[in-house]
Amino acid sequence: MPNLTLLGAVTDGLKTAMSGDDSVLVFGEDVGKKGGVFLATGGLQAEFGKERCFDTPLSEDGIIGCAIGMAMNGMKPVAEIQFQDFIFPAFDQIVSEAAKLRYRSGGQYTAPMVIRTPYGGGIRGGLYHSQSGEAYFCHTPGLKVVIPSTPHDAKGLLIASIEDPDPVLFLEPKALYRSVKGEVPEGHYTVDLSTCRTVREGSDVTVFCYGAMVPVVEKAAAQAEEKGISLHIVDLRTLLPLDEEGVIEAAKKTGRVITVTEAPRFCGYAGEISAIIAERCIEYMEAPVMRVTGFDTPFPNTLEHHYLPDARRVIDAVEKVTAF
Amino acid sequence: MTMTQPRSILTPDGVSADFDPKMSDDEIMHCYRTMRLVRAFDDICLKLQRSGRIGFSIPNLGIEACQVGAAAALRKDDWIFPSYRDFGMALYHGVDPLDMMNNMFGNANDNAVGRQMPVHFSFVDPIHFVSISSPLGTHIPQAVGAAYAMQQRGEDKVALTSFGDGSTSTLGFHSGMLFAGVWKSPVIFLCQNNGYAISLPAHEQTASEDYAIKGKAYGVPAIKVDGNDLFAVREAVAEAAERARAGEGPTLIEAVTFRMGGHSTSDDPTVYVPNEEVEEWKQKDPIDRFERFLRDKGMIDDDKIEATKADCLAEIDKAAKAAAAVGPPALETIFTDVYAELPDHLRAQGAAAFDLAKRLGDAAAGDGAFPL
Repeated sequence: MPNLTLLGAVTDGLKTAMSGDDSVLVFGEDVGKKGGVFLATGGLQAEFGKERCFDTPLSEDGIIGCAIGMAMNGMKPVAEIQFQDFIFPAFDQIVSEAAKLRYRSGGQYTAPMVIRTPYGGGIRGGLYHSQSGEAYFCHTPGLKVVIPSTPHDAKGLLIASIEDPDPVLFLEPKALYRSVKGEVPEGHYTVDLSTCRTVREGSDVTVFCYGAMVPVVEKAAAQAEEKGISLHIVDLRTLLPLDEEGVIEAAKKTGRVITVTEAPRFCGYAGEISAIIAERCIEYMEAPVMRVTGFDTPFPNTLEHHYLPDARRVIDAVEKVTAF
Repeated sequence: MTMTQPRSILTPDGVSADFDPKMSDDEIMHCYRTMRLVRAFDDICLKLQRSGRIGFSIPNLGIEACQVGAAAALRKDDWIFPSYRDFGMALYHGVDPLDMMNNMFGNANDNAVGRQMPVHFSFVDPIHFVSISSPLGTHIPQAVGAAYAMQQRGEDKVALTSFGDGSTSTLGFHSGMLFAGVWKSPVIFLCQNNGYAISLPAHEQTASEDYAIKGKAYGVPAIKVDGNDLFAVREAVAEAAERARAGEGPTLIEAVTFRMGGHSTSDDPTVYVPNEEVEEWKQKDPIDRFERFLRDKGMIDDDKIEATKADCLAEIDKAAKAAAAVGPPALETIFTDVYAELPDHLRAQGAAAFDLAKRLGDAAAGDGAFPL
């Protein structure tokens, strides 16, 4: 089985989807000849031609609006937004159009499409190349939101997203693009959307996370082990619709829960996990349900290592919930 | 693209039939030195980036005349809404290279307090050079708004907004042109068509015959000029400023130029720019051309050129060394400037962050105690 980076797995997933289905189109800014600013679409134009992998003018609104029309009319668009931070001109098309088309037309029209975009910090990208905007989109009924954290999942979830009948925002943790490697099956396979993944079995504290926070929590688990604390780690990997039963089961298992996100805290995704637990299994909790998150500030540049949750911040929370 | 030829003043050889530059010799030499300063800043930043001292830089090789020519037509009380490839405008008006280097290093003395990526400058003095945003085109309608305020107060100032060919595809360009046309705003839209928006060639960005023609649909008069001819850019901006100050509304200027380097230090342009195209534009290098003009006028010679280069490099190098010696911003700067007043939840988050840093022994020098 090839050993690929997460970035390589994305490229492989795109290639596999394009090989298997002529209606799959890949487009966005600089994705053609250049192969994308992170090279996620490298080689696709050479292999599949300019009709199926192409550069667009510099308009996110145009990219997503056109993708919706293509999707309505039988194509499978996989649009790239260069950085998630640049997605907002297309917010209207995503939130008001793609996500609501099926509902407002009583199912007559649909927009099965994928929007791929790198998100998150850790590359010294400052305010506009670092943000984690998943919460904006998870507040959007009709949209699916997927975030892989391993090469295997990146390919399997991407193909599943492309084959899904609904619009999917596929957020790629750019900090992991080249920093994680793993075995990726050749050819076609899918990882079911809306299923969470147990990263590590543990018995003392359940930690929910996704994207670039998964390796951070894994590192924390190794450190916690030395202190005699066993972390049970769950990678949510589809944020919307969430595998709620999987979350409840994992939360009940230890009775102590922490959710780790790099996004700001207020109205963030971690708050949703806390709320679900509060509503559905509070009686199983042995300690307050905690959040370890980015701060409620814009994303800094020089001090990003203070902004981004690290293993030490996770351990700090672990110690709080175990001492309770 | 075919269509109308851009207006030039200098010939490619840098000479010109008699023309009135409407600048003193001192001003002309200041333009020259500023272009050399931009190039020196680029050269040193590239070295700093390649050696890992700074994370990122945006090169300006080939477009120095656009920036400096435009700036030379503005007054210090005008406002500039720049793109990330415009810092020559700030240098022209007297921004200290040290202030720029502090931003490149994101240190404690950075105006943007280490929050922005390098090259995302912000100055209010000696000219309003408005804080640069990475999202494209967003600043274009903002310039129109600032101009509206100037108009309302009866001031004769102008707002110049500068952007590349790619940004003409943004919502911001459309909205800005639309509003300025309707309001007859004292705005100058400077589109620096530098050939490529990252990898997309200008002729694939639009089906319009050129960028200047886009003014027509918005009722905004437009002109296309040779962007490698400092005098042509300066003259077009000066004419636009004169019209704006006289209450005659906005102008769109397309300055045709060429980015001879990558989009940024993260970009490899050899993947998408044919070498012949770079070679062709090297012959039109705006600084070389300006030097030919200055030589022709007897204003410089080889010694003066070498002395200017060395002097500019020394000035930038000195700034880089000074900026490198300054430490990072203090931890609490993550939490300040989010709002005018620090709200309770940020005070609590800041206090917790500082407490943790202290317990873990990694509070950096300069980190103060919370609460702020």
